[in-house]
Amino acid sequence: MARPPIDPPAPGLLDAARGPLHPVAAETFRAAVATAWADPTRLHPAGRQARALLDTAREVLADALGVRPAELSVHPSPEAALEVGLTGLRHARRRSGRRVVAGATERSVLLLQPGVEQPVPVDTLGRVDTAAYAVALAGGDAAAAVLQTANAEVGTRQPVPEVDERCREHGIPLLLDATASLGRDPGGIPPGAGSVVVADAAAFGGPPLGLLAVRTGTRWGLPGPRREAEHGREPAPPWVPVVLAAAEAWRQTAAVAAAEERSARELVDRVRRSAAAVRDVEVVGDPDDRLPHVVTFSVLYTDGEVLLEELARRGLGVASGSACTSSVLRPSHVLAAMGVLTHGNVRVTLPLEAVSPGRAEDVDRLCRELPDAVATVRRRLGTDDL
Amino acid sequence: MSGAEPGPASDGRGRRGGPPVVDARGSRCPVPVIRLAGAARGLSPGTTVVLLADDVAAWSDVPAWARMKGHTVTLHEDDGWTEYRVLLGEPRTDRGQADSST
Repeated sequence: MARPPIDPPAPGLLDAARGPLHPVAAETFRAAVATAWADPTRLHPAGRQARALLDTAREVLADALGVRPAELSVHPSPEAALEVGLTGLRHARRRSGRRVVAGATERSVLLLQPGVEQPVPVDTLGRVDTAAYAVALAGGDAAAAVLQTANAEVGTRQPVPEVDERCREHGIPLLLDATASLGRDPGGIPPGAGSVVVADAAAFGGPPLGLLAVRTGTRWGLPGPRREAEHGREPAPPWVPVVLAAAEAWRQTAAVAAAEERSARELVDRVRRSAAAVRDVEVVGDPDDRLPHVVTFSVLYTDGEVLLEELARRGLGVASGSACTSSVLRPSHVLAAMGVLTHGNVRVTLPLEAVSPGRAEDVDRLCRELPDAVATVRRRLGTDDL
Repeated sequence: MSGAEPGPASDGRGRRGGPPVVDARGSRCPVPVIRLAGAARGLSPGTTVVLLADDVAAWSDVPAWARMKGHTVTLHEDDGWTEYRVLLGEPRTDRGQADSST
């Protein structure tokens, strides 16, 4: 098996919602710590050098989103970028309305924003109801709308072109949350869609870094004291090595995007087939119109935490949307909105092949171990005869 | 907590003439669904089983379980808990539904 040059992750890692750095991006990062540490707004040579490198990285990342560098800012996290992006839309249109139209499976950070009152329902596959979304847009007092390109937990793609068109008809700006898609699903972000687009460098092997594009011509502005950094969207400039690592991760991942997608899609198909073959297991999310690298299933009569521990004992690292595995004792709002089983939930987010060259073997091992892991947990809970 | 309730007895046995009642208030996921499935085991289609639960996850999971198993469920909100009334359907296959076409 080919090994990556630096720091291979532990084998069995199948939870890469925040994955290890791409090995080349990790090298770039280490070099940049020595050469690009300075505040890019300073006028001394170190500052100018950091600024020049930041400008280049911004061009690369803007190109990744299909926008111009002047439209793109970077933020400490994707959550921060989503929050700033939506706040700017809402504030600029505060005289037109206060409501924010959002699907029920949007990320929690968005659903908790002011103005999101009655999220638009989704179907059992997790896809937003386009007709209900259109009705919500027509309410008259909507300041902004929010839609994810695809759901990071269950993989289902959303009807972006339809919703984008409805938003344009109503003159309501759309924030497109592409944090799960950019770098993983080459066909998942329709060019030109949305007034604001947000992505996450961690999705394509970079460090967690929020990318926020506000398209030219969009009415957008933040309340409060004027911010100086990042086109007036951040209180402080970024630490440049992080942005350089993100740009390098994009270059590396984009170069092999088609092969990566094909391979991930095939591996997820394998997991879907194996899980569905186990008694009383429900594989959720759209089987075809989905992210290439995400799959979720729920195992009836099991406890998510116990199942995760059983798989961990067998050297397999997965995630879960079950209440029992979260500190808040609430199940994933995504699974609940879809009306699918929330207990015994297992979520696989494949790492990039470049980051985890052994991922195909890990997937095969998961498929092999799953029936016995499920049976073991059910025996322990005394539910194997239900 | 059962002091406030006139009726519900232990799993699988209801008041005389009433449907079996499972009182899973105070239990967290996946216990309410497991006890409900236990009470439903062996009962014939057309029978009704009642579950009382106050776990937020049950609110999603009981209807999901019923859909997977071909049962029909109606929810009644009470003071701090939910009553799930399950009408048992015909037994059906239990493979992953979202992939039933494959």
